[in-house]
Amino acid sequence: MAEEIILLDYWASMFGMRTRIALEEKGVKYEYREEDLSNKSPLLLEMNPIHKKIPVLIHKGKPICESIIQVQYIDELWPDTNPILPSDPYQRAQARFWADYIDKKTYVPCKSLWSETGEKQEAAKMEFIEVLKTLDSELGDKSFFGGNEFGLVDIAFIGFYSWFRTYEEVANLLTIVEKFPKLISWAQRCLKRESVAKTLPDSDKVLKSISDHRKTVLGID
Amino acid sequence: MARSDVKLIGAWASPFVMRPRIALNLKSVPYEFLQETFGSKSELLLKSNPVHKKIPVLLHGDKPVCESNIIVEYIDDTWSSSGPSMLPSDPYDRAMARFWAAYIDEKWFVALKSFLKAGGEEEKKAVIAQLEEGNAFLEKAFIDCSKGKPFFNGDNIGYLDIALGCFLAWLRVTELAVSHKILDEAKTPSLSKWAENFCNDPAVKPVMPETAKLAEFAKKIFPKPQA
Repeated sequence: MAEEIILLDYWASMFGMRTRIALEEKGVKYEYREEDLSNKSPLLLEMNPIHKKIPVLIHKGKPICESIIQVQYIDELWPDTNPILPSDPYQRAQARFWADYIDKKTYVPCKSLWSETGEKQEAAKMEFIEVLKTLDSELGDKSFFGGNEFGLVDIAFIGFYSWFRTYEEVANLLTIVEKFPKLISWAQRCLKRESVAKTLPDSDKVLKSISDHRKTVLGID
Repeated sequence: MARSDVKLIGAWASPFVMRPRIALNLKSVPYEFLQETFGSKSELLLKSNPVHKKIPVLLHGDKPVCESNIIVEYIDDTWSSSGPSMLPSDPYDRAMARFWAAYIDEKWFVALKSFLKAGGEEEKKAVIAQLEEGNAFLEKAFIDCSKGKPFFNGDNIGYLDIALGCFLAWLRVTELAVSHKILDEAKTPSLSKWAENFCNDPAVKPVMPETAKLAEFAKKIFPKPQA
């Protein structure tokens, strides 16, 4: 029976990628609809009137907004296939904490990294490096953030990997590859999963899109 | 479980700290309340929450859990057999509860906080408008979530009731400061009734600060800008 799932999303959104990965992990069929963020569809504005943002998951006509909430929703609907949250309450709290940390600490600086110049961009760089340091330390020698199994925190952060090349080029961030080898290994490990490999866009495609946007829309060289 | 097995690092005036306190009361879990001194952070707090260095922090057998809404879910998960569930059983309703809790923290409370720091009349008016728009959203959310029952969570208070209700004392302090009803029965009758029911709940009453005491405290930490 068709599940009637529609995802309103933007191909390069690291937040939308979370929901796509979760749906792929569960093997759930859905209809993907690309949004033009400069001209948002009436459906998007109707389904997410409060924030007017992607991704929006529409299940049997009812909207679910906010990517981490969508991932938990998907996990709760299909709990037996590739569980995303751990079953232990303490581990669940830890997973939620780190997903929340990523959301709180990356949203503003990551936008500034590609949309700003000068001091504002420098400040964003410092903030983002702190995030990478903290996550690198939290990952430690584990395979995934939750331990041996791919889960919520991996899903929350892996989309950013497709933006690393963009941050390196556009924000002149000292190569993340050299500074954070553990995180790079972790990303490669995640990319071995079909759900991630299918979802993450090509890093060069992201870079080109952002470079063009900076030139033509933001007027930055 | 021994009483000292559960500790909560917090402060009486913090709405975020109120959240796990209400949750622990709902589950009848005894705990030791470790009050932080305003203006300084204890060694234990810094050790238990090195990432954010903020209260509340729940220590369950010395394992820390941070972030108030996450702590509430942890309490619900851990003591699931005590007392009613704090989140609805239906996944869609759970997603809605989490969505509105996030909205409250990211938009509604930010507006309330900016009001307490707002300087001139124009600034105050803009923030009141924001809060009232937020209240209209929450009125509709309440009607959708409660489905005719007294609380967002139905018959008993739950995650979303706690997420919003913890701010009611600060809301009252703000209303007194500006002599203006922000939560207005005329505009948001269901939400206003809910607020009354929430404040009277036995799990809430012992931890809701008195308005007068909170107003005094607010004067201390939000000094009025010079005219």
